[in-house]
Amino acid sequence: MSQKVLLNSKEVNIILHRLACQLIENHNDFSNAALIGIQPRGIYLAKRLARILTEEYKIKNLELGFLDITFYRDDFRRGDKPLQANTTKIDFLVENKKVVFIDDVLYTGRSIRAALTAIQSFGRPSEIELLTLIDRRFSRHLPIQPNYRGRQVDAINHEKVIVEWEEQGKKDSVYLKNS
Amino acid sequence: MSELSVNHLLGIKYLNKEDIQLIFETADHFKEVINRPIKKVPSLRDITIANLFFENSTRTKLSFELAEKRLSADIINFSASQSSVKKGETLIDTVNNILSMKVDMVVMRHPNPGAGIFLSKHVKASIINAGDGAHEHPTQALLDSYSIRERLGSVKGKKVAIVGDILHSRVALSNIFALQLQGAHVMVCGPKTLLPKHIGSLGVKVETNLRKALEWCDVANMLRVQNERMDVSYFPSTREYTQQYGVSKALLDSLKKEIVIMHPGPINRGVEITSDVADSDQAIILDQVQNGVAIRMAVIYLLASKIKQ
Repeated sequence: MSQKVLLNSKEVNIILHRLACQLIENHNDFSNAALIGIQPRGIYLAKRLARILTEEYKIKNLELGFLDITFYRDDFRRGDKPLQANTTKIDFLVENKKVVFIDDVLYTGRSIRAALTAIQSFGRPSEIELLTLIDRRFSRHLPIQPNYRGRQVDAINHEKVIVEWEEQGKKDSVYLKNS
Repeated sequence: MSELSVNHLLGIKYLNKEDIQLIFETADHFKEVINRPIKKVPSLRDITIANLFFENSTRTKLSFELAEKRLSADIINFSASQSSVKKGETLIDTVNNILSMKVDMVVMRHPNPGAGIFLSKHVKASIINAGDGAHEHPTQALLDSYSIRERLGSVKGKKVAIVGDILHSRVALSNIFALQLQGAHVMVCGPKTLLPKHIGSLGVKVETNLRKALEWCDVANMLRVQNERMDVSYFPSTREYTQQYGVSKALLDSLKKEIVIMHPGPINRGVEITSDVADSDQAIILDQVQNGVAIRMAVIYLLASKIKQ
């Protein structure tokens, strides 16, 4: 098993600030936008971006939610492991809002497909965008592309992209694991 | 743990503590789902469920049906009164005929204790027991415990009195198993004629005085007197039963503490509880009904995830 570091904590920090600025460029003061982290792993990135936006760029009343997609996945009963649900927390209306989905790694695109279905249960957003820290090129099963990407990575199928966060008691880092 | 230890839900007796924990955690997520503007998820769109009711039911049947629809399962309904059962068909034949139409899961209520267990040994489908005679009613016990957990924070260490017709009640037996598994203390209370002879051997306290039971407990689960199952008279008159075992607001107010009142329904107003108790804030009867849908969604979802393609 080998490991290759793709991003260290300093690089992660620079990328997060760039992504935050790109979000501001498109959404100004976020009065008609909402950030939604995809459970389970997208919420760390979503929380971090929200913190940068509110603390460093003084965005007020930023709306942040978490969406669990377990019950909308297309691999129910197909995998070896049973699917376990996480908490959904969206305590604002998404109707006519510009929603930004936030996830750490974009791989096959199936999670995002599920998220697109799941969000419909909460209303009809006027627009949905996708932000991912890592975009794994050439591995998509569906025609889904990010609007904002931290870093594009070429990885082959048996390689795994691992994202770790300070909030999990580790150092911010992204690495490639060969199993 | 993210998987049930069983392939069927035949009774609480066959579950362990971790199963109940998993069902509750999954139900928490479904409770959030059923409070959304669109209360439906597509998880079970490739699953077909047959609801076989060989005995009358309103609440349980509606609750199961709603849970199945909220999960996007296809469903077929069957009630014994309009079927070939009347023409002499056996249970296994009836069910196998239904299963040959490619049904994955069976929810069954049957007047005979053990009907679900019998069926699980003879047919290839996941079975959920929705009440078998006076034996078990597992989803009711799960939703009762879930409602206690919701109201009081946890079930562990709580004192629960089950009051009324214990003898004919499947809800009582399932509740005793479920509560004990979660570390609650259980008491049964009722007239001697309606308490099974060896009920104490299940490790429950037995009390015949209602006031003493209410003074002891944190939660009172009031059961209905099941007149339809009584072939002989178990107490002199309904009026006398109400005087001895009916809970009124005056009785509750005379206690030193506020206890939670539960009832699995249907309520005989003025018999086991008075209307002012049933409609008071102390009663969580309608919460139980709402939680029933979330609990049944969780059970169906978790069992369906074990059906391999």
